[in-house]
Amino acid sequence: HLATSLPLPSERDHLRPRIDLIAFMIDIKSKYSLKNVEASLDHVDASFFLGKVCFLVTGVGRVNNCSVDMNAIWKLGEVYCSPVLFCELELEGIRVATAQRLLRMLQICAGHIPGVSALSFGSLMRNSADD
Amino acid sequence: QESAYPQRTAFLLRKQWTLYSVTPLYRFSNAHLRDYARLLSAFIAAEKQKGLAVEIGVELDIKVAVSSLPDLKGSDRDQAAILVQLSLRSPASPKNSEEKLIWSGWFCCVSGDDLSDNVPEDFTCLPLFLANGAESYTSIVGSWFQKTFDCCFRRLALSPLNLSWMAAMWTGCKVDKTASAMELVFSVPCLPHPLDISYAIHPEDAKALWDTVQKTPGEITQEEVDVFMDCLYSHFHRHFKIHLSATKLVKVSTAIASAHCDGIIKFLQSQYLTGVLMLLTELAISQIQ
Repeated sequence: HLATSLPLPSERDHLRPRIDLIAFMIDIKSKYSLKNVEASLDHVDASFFLGKVCFLVTGVGRVNNCSVDMNAIWKLGEVYCSPVLFCELELEGIRVATAQRLLRMLQICAGHIPGVSALSFGSLMRNSADD
Repeated sequence: QESAYPQRTAFLLRKQWTLYSVTPLYRFSNAHLRDYARLLSAFIAAEKQKGLAVEIGVELDIKVAVSSLPDLKGSDRDQAAILVQLSLRSPASPKNSEEKLIWSGWFCCVSGDDLSDNVPEDFTCLPLFLANGAESYTSIVGSWFQKTFDCCFRRLALSPLNLSWMAAMWTGCKVDKTASAMELVFSVPCLPHPLDISYAIHPEDAKALWDTVQKTPGEITQEEVDVFMDCLYSHFHRHFKIHLSATKLVKVSTAIASAHCDGIIKFLQSQYLTGVLMLLTELAISQIQ
């Protein structure tokens, strides 16, 4: 399900299936997209941040079009304990690889992979320097 | 930082310079500038013979001058800037000393310790190159330097992030009376026809805004730049219902200087010349590393 921002319209709440993973997309060329994601994060229930949220940063192929400070993105990942993935949508190979990664994450979040839960993403997130 | 000899660098002002980053030059020496001028002159003549010259059929006598600009540096550890000038000697009256400057290029390094500290002895660090004049001459001069000193030139592009830093930094600079308006130009993506939005702000209003944002004079943080730009964007949104933050900032013009994302700069105040060069040197060094 694609949405331009959160919260999702309440009229369709009863028709909506369970949400297993939220991928927030940030376009590095648009400061607006970062602001939009930050505002949308406020509408997400805290339980999602146990491995069911990730940030997908797009447009990273061209560093000269960068309108967003990378530190702000890293900070977002840290504050919300969620992984930050990078991709360049314009390149098919990367697009496909990223989609596969997201699908894998989704399978884990939906409980389809025995022995691995979304909570493991949190432990993978911990900075090795902190240990 | 005020330049001690503003007159000597005045000729650099109000010209459009295209920016390049240059990797360290191998076995370059300040003592051999005249020799370099001679060799470069011969190279240009040879290129003309090969038919790679700018104009065909006209007998062009191009004079090359290579000189040092000792005032253009940040600290004593920086290399003095090197200026290369191509002038046209009028063929009609060779005795006539009147020469027309057709191309200028200069290498400089302002506070480039990050690079010069990490480079072996035989290398000279002049990471920033600025060119004004026909692209064909830039290409010929660039090729000669690349071949002679084993260095590499790359166009230095300025990202919207870099440009917003410049907008904030330059707004904070004190300028006398008639300061020109600050202008920001944005390019709107994903439209069938290209659209540019120009946002002009009264310099005093811009400075007043920046003064409320900046906490420590002389220091700027990314946060402060973000707040400054966000204020400008929300003001624009309030009036025009357009989110400038979703567009690409492509040009910044202030009384100090103007910069374009394609890597083009124009210096307007000699007082702040070294300051701007310091920022550009830093960007050139990041591109090299």
